[in-house]
Amino acid sequence: MLAIYKKELKSYYTSMIGYVVAALTLVAVGIYFYAYNLLSLSPFIGYALSGASITLLIVVPILTMRSLAEEQRSKTDQLLLTAPVSIGKVVMGKFLAMVSVILLPVVIICFYPLALALFGKVPFLSSYSVIFGFLLLYAAAIAVGMFISSITESQIIAAVVSFGVLFLSFLMGGISGMVSDTAKTSLIAFTVLIIALVFLIYGMTKNVVVPVVVGLAAEGALIAVYLLKSAWLAGAINKVLNSLDIMSRFNTFVNGTLDLGAVLYYLSVIGLFCFLTYQSIEKRRWS
Amino acid sequence: MIEVKNLVKRYGGHTAVNDLSFEVEEGQIYGFLGPNGAGKSTTMNIITGYLAPSEGQVLINGHDMFEEPEEAKKCIGYLPEQPPLYMDMTPLEYLNFCAELKGVEKEKRPEMIREIMGRTKILDVKDRLIRNLSKGYRQRVGLAQALIGYPPVIILDEPTVGLDPKQIIEIRDLIKDLGKHHTVILSSHILSEVSAVCDFVMIISRGELVASDTPDNLSKLVLGSNVLELTVKGAKEKVEQILKGMEQIREFEIHSSTTPDCVAVTIKTNEMVDLREDLSYEFAGERCPILEMKQSNMSLEDVFLELTAEQPKAEAEKAKRSLFRRRKKKEELTIAEEVEQEAGIREESADSETEQKQEVEK
Repeated sequence: MLAIYKKELKSYYTSMIGYVVAALTLVAVGIYFYAYNLLSLSPFIGYALSGASITLLIVVPILTMRSLAEEQRSKTDQLLLTAPVSIGKVVMGKFLAMVSVILLPVVIICFYPLALALFGKVPFLSSYSVIFGFLLLYAAAIAVGMFISSITESQIIAAVVSFGVLFLSFLMGGISGMVSDTAKTSLIAFTVLIIALVFLIYGMTKNVVVPVVVGLAAEGALIAVYLLKSAWLAGAINKVLNSLDIMSRFNTFVNGTLDLGAVLYYLSVIGLFCFLTYQSIEKRRWS
Repeated sequence: MIEVKNLVKRYGGHTAVNDLSFEVEEGQIYGFLGPNGAGKSTTMNIITGYLAPSEGQVLINGHDMFEEPEEAKKCIGYLPEQPPLYMDMTPLEYLNFCAELKGVEKEKRPEMIREIMGRTKILDVKDRLIRNLSKGYRQRVGLAQALIGYPPVIILDEPTVGLDPKQIIEIRDLIKDLGKHHTVILSSHILSEVSAVCDFVMIISRGELVASDTPDNLSKLVLGSNVLELTVKGAKEKVEQILKGMEQIREFEIHSSTTPDCVAVTIKTNEMVDLREDLSYEFAGERCPILEMKQSNMSLEDVFLELTAEQPKAEAEKAKRSLFRRRKKKEELTIAEEVEQEAGIREESADSETEQKQEVEK
């Protein structure tokens, strides 16, 4: 794992990507820092980071697009997968290397509160908690981008799809606000999801019986809940949509609280997408 | 050393490898031979653990590739068809990375890498970017990668593709050298390569093992007879009459010859019968001088064509006969080519040697 980590980190700094990522992040944070902290005389860095976090839509796809897509295109994955290293370690090595690349600007940002402290009283605890949240947010986005890179051989497709997925996630808070929170809306939305799931299972197994049985069972359970306990369904779809909103958890850090739920949310996103990346590489061996 | 049991690999409806089983013994060089798309690369990818089989089992030194992959993979060095190189590294960086990846101890790394670079002759390019290296050098860097850690089994997928004749000979010599201390499996669709390098040949066609034996035994396998080729001065009828009179001849063919007043004769005899003396006396007695006489065994190429041919068995006999004629033409051609090629190589290597000497003198 260490070998892959070192090699990846080195390759990010022999190519321009490592520097571009650091520069873009620091420029964005710098502009917001100047506007919110220096001009508005605020001692808290949270709002600057919240404003600058939009840059992850650009920075993360640039960082993750080549991680696995390039290995598959140039067939160097044959070296990694035939070496005595497990796939899990390959994935972790790559993920940690990408997190380290983003860690560099984050470490530099850690000096900003110290600079502010020269001119007045700074809430250090909440400042560093929000910087920690910023890092978690980027790490979660990197895990998503890495997974997308693992399912394609083309860097361009990986970058565009990662951007699309992260952008959709950014919009999710707004979308969920537009959806009405009645039980009927949830019933319709979940029915659509179940139908999509049925087609997905059919696509994977090429078997008619299994997806139909699963679909009917899920739909039956859904209708039963709707008829018996319709209160459970009220607002349920909004909750599902909200859980896809990767940004809103970061706002709890910006509000000055270290929310354990938000930390757990980001860690589970990281865990889930690293696992999916592992599965996607493993699947390639079997197809 | 390596045991492959009932290997099957299906891609959708297409079966790339069909119930393949074989064993590989220690300290020999094995050749995988087959036409394009026969399943050579797929088989190698499965043995090295890059692909998972649909069915079957691979044991390496007693370790199951799919239950103890790390133990099994430690025993293998693999050079895939396309060398897995990182273009933005130098060979030295790349080999260092490979050594670390394969768990070579830190103290042993510099010495091992230097030695391997020496053997594969890449010391003079060790600090150039792999992106800027020629195909031949890239192939050698890939080969060096397979040697890192000196695994007991080395698997090479078409190691000489894209190299010039001189490099091909160098790589072949290196492989022969490796065969002294390692088990080597290489794949190729070039027959002369396999018969020149390998102790043991496995011929694969459409995902199935159709033959496996030493190159010599394979040559004997198909024909089961000796072939004599003669150029005789005299009329066709007379020659035919003489040949019919000889009992040990199983089959013969008479064709016209390029030499005036002569005929060319191809004679098949049963195995282990040497007719050359008898023929000589017989024709001399009839005052039909033999101008040329040549003995030829079935070459590996014929075995290959025969075994991988598309025809069903009923047509095999017919194919064999046409093969017979085809081979004659081909042999003449290939011999001429080989002579040319070898002469060229000798000149080339002689040139480079003198160049080197001159450099040294300078």
